[in-house]
Amino acid sequence: MFSKILEVYTRPDFPEKLREHVVLSLVALLVAVAIAMPVALLIRNTRLGAAIAINIGNVGRAVPSLAILALALPLLGIGFASALVALTALAIPPILINASTGLREVNKDVIDAARGMGLSGGQILSRIQLPIAAPVIFAGIRTSAVQTVASATLATFIGAGGLGDLIVEGLQRRGPEILLAGALAVAALAIITELGFGALERAFTPKGLKIVQKKRS
Amino acid sequence: MSNLGLLLQDVLEEPKLIDWEWIRENFWEDIVPAFQGHIFLSFVSVAVALLIALPVGVVSARYRKVYPPVTFVTGILYSIPSLALFAILISIPGVAIGPAPVIIALVAYSLLILIRNTVAGIDSVPPETIDAARGMGLTNRQILFRVELPLALPVIVAGIRIATVTIIGIATIGAYVNGGGLGVLIFDGINRQFPTMIIAGAVLATALAVVADLLLLGLERYLRPWARARRT
Repeated sequence: MFSKILEVYTRPDFPEKLREHVVLSLVALLVAVAIAMPVALLIRNTRLGAAIAINIGNVGRAVPSLAILALALPLLGIGFASALVALTALAIPPILINASTGLREVNKDVIDAARGMGLSGGQILSRIQLPIAAPVIFAGIRTSAVQTVASATLATFIGAGGLGDLIVEGLQRRGPEILLAGALAVAALAIITELGFGALERAFTPKGLKIVQKKRS
Repeated sequence: MSNLGLLLQDVLEEPKLIDWEWIRENFWEDIVPAFQGHIFLSFVSVAVALLIALPVGVVSARYRKVYPPVTFVTGILYSIPSLALFAILISIPGVAIGPAPVIIALVAYSLLILIRNTVAGIDSVPPETIDAARGMGLTNRQILFRVELPLALPVIVAGIRIATVTIIGIATIGAYVNGGGLGVLIFDGINRQFPTMIIAGAVLATALAVVADLLLLGLERYLRPWARARRT
């Protein structure tokens, strides 16, 4: 069984499917960051904005990822582009929620102190709010990234390729080795994403915050 | 490629996304059983997950060394994409396609959230409260059941809420390995290129998640009488 699975990985179409999966996930994540971050920055000082972000997040959590992908089919047609739109829509809520709450929860006294020291609004954002909120923002991006890699598996159902193709092929042709090869590759990709973004999150945590975290634990 | 063209043509020529006629004709035959199947899958999964997560959470809260490995293992399980996990489970000899592997996978997904919230809930009990209970002569077991768990309950219910909403969403994918539920409508809709079925499945699954979310939020608030008292 094990050697049969390895055989699937040497198939000429495997690198192509892996590439499709990674490109689809990565582009969706980048577009989601590019949309969610400016919105989070815009709404960071308004109460209404916070309420909107939280509600978008809650609704986003309630809509199943399969539903969004399947709905993209009648609305946008088959293929890469509609999967990309669906995955981007799925990736936005966690980033938006974390970025907006992260920025909001920066201690007001710290901001007052910065203002007292003569920092402008832009300086406060770039030197105080963003660094302090960075761990929370990256946690949101990590959640989104893992979720996007997982949902990209479902892109196969709307003809957008990816590693889900192997799982579907394995199920339809009763080829357990193809199915397992696809499933293990997707699982590995998701776990690598989880660990990789976890490392990124730690790298972007300012030194001062790490000391505080250590003291608390 | 010709398939793609045909489908695009279908989409363009068929502006009517919802065929109410179909919904009326197939309501009792297709939609209601799928809805019931979905509730069954979600409810059983969260219930089984709770039976595992509560004792594991209590033990993890007590013996701190157990907690990191528990979160590591359940965290790995949580990050495995659901279609992959279903696929891995049905390739195990003796596991047939159907609701069983779907429920196993859904239980696996709930564990991380439920265990984490159980531990957080028990941690949130003030040490003075436990000291007071001990001073009143309660045994460790009595402290757990009469003080710690009741006080941790709102946080545990908050975990149940997140887990339930997550599970209701993932359960739709279970239909691909014959687990039943609302995913049946979605997958049939994809295969038949019939948007009405996709929309029916998607809307009902979302509605179910929203209703479950609100009900459990209500329960969470009800179990936190001290917060209610403070607000009024």
